[in-house]
Amino acid sequence: MASLKELKNRINSVNSTKKITKAMQMVAAAKLRKAQEAAEAARPYAERMSAVMANLSSSMDGPSAPRLLVGTGKDDTYLLVVATADRGLCGGFNTNISRLARERISALISQGKDVKILTVGAKGYDALKRLYKDKIIDSIELRNVKKIDGAVAGMIGDKVTALFEDGGFDVCEVISSEFVSVMSQKPRSQTLIPARDAIDGSVERPDLAGAIYEYEPDEEEILAALLPRYINTVILSALLENVAGEMGAKMAAMDAATRNAGELIDKLNLEYNRTRQAKITKELIEIISGAEAV
Amino acid sequence: MADKLHFDLVSPEKRVFEGDVDQVVVPGVEGEFGVLAGHAPFMSTVRSGAITIHAGGEVTRTFIRGGFAEVTSEGLTILAEEAIDLADVDAAEVNKQLTEAREDLGQARDEDETREAQGRVEKFEALLQAIAH
Repeated sequence: MASLKELKNRINSVNSTKKITKAMQMVAAAKLRKAQEAAEAARPYAERMSAVMANLSSSMDGPSAPRLLVGTGKDDTYLLVVATADRGLCGGFNTNISRLARERISALISQGKDVKILTVGAKGYDALKRLYKDKIIDSIELRNVKKIDGAVAGMIGDKVTALFEDGGFDVCEVISSEFVSVMSQKPRSQTLIPARDAIDGSVERPDLAGAIYEYEPDEEEILAALLPRYINTVILSALLENVAGEMGAKMAAMDAATRNAGELIDKLNLEYNRTRQAKITKELIEIISGAEAV
Repeated sequence: MADKLHFDLVSPEKRVFEGDVDQVVVPGVEGEFGVLAGHAPFMSTVRSGAITIHAGGEVTRTFIRGGFAEVTSEGLTILAEEAIDLADVDAAEVNKQLTEAREDLGQARDEDETREAQGRVEKFEALLQAIAH
């Protein structure tokens, strides 16, 4: 049986762990609210953007359509943008995203496709570098980025677009976490390029009552300017949802950790008291038997 | 047909304006255009500049940087990269930032820096012009 001092030390250390996890939970809760607000504020733009794209793409066809919209006509090389968090201690959040990424990668490889990986967030890179180091073409860390905004998403989007223009890949998919609710995050994969595959059927088109759009300057120029922005918007909303999801997962994980620490403290306290009583009883017996012997 | 135009102004970070207005004047790439209720479906890229919103006799001006305008039967939607209410802008401050941007442009070492500084110079120049009107 552990000595009283050892038990006391353990209780103290579990207690301070509990304090830390409790604090982390509260920080995550505060950040979650902010992240949720940011994700919600970005939604109208993304929705309108998808609607505009749906309108435009339905009227565009044929060889003159931009390649970002219709693709290269092949699907030999895939670029997977894997977006995770930069920090751990958020339950299965990063693991779930990496697992989906791994499944997708091995499925593509078994189909004979060429796969390239761009990781956003340190955890995704750590998880994938062991198996697919030669396939990771770039990794972006957002640890030093205070706020995820259009500029950050633009930087990633520009990278993807530039690589596509150079013929680096045919199809691009983004793997990130969908923010279902505070308690539930679901990893998902969405097609980014060709943009047409991502848009078709997902958006309600306004009824134009047979009217035809007028364009200024013309459709091609508008699409050429709109497509990169559309890609940036998709990336931005994926990143914002990721942050919200990370904070939600962290809050849940830290809540569970705090509860576990509390249970452990209760158990240790019980053991401590039992040991203390046993010791007192033993001492009493020693004194009494000593007195009887006299 | 409704005599009010439904107008949405959204930027990537937030919805800047939503409501029914009388008229909106938008700086298109090929010239300014006004949109009234019942406008034919229309789509245009927008250059940096001020949009003018007429609502119930009141006129508000908002600076937007780059983006798209789309008119459907439901109303006008502008997707702006950035939107700044001109009432919140101080000309002296903008002038200072423009000078800084120009200095950065002069000292730019590589292509990325040049492009970034050039973008800022253009933005502040357009902003100044919008204030002057």
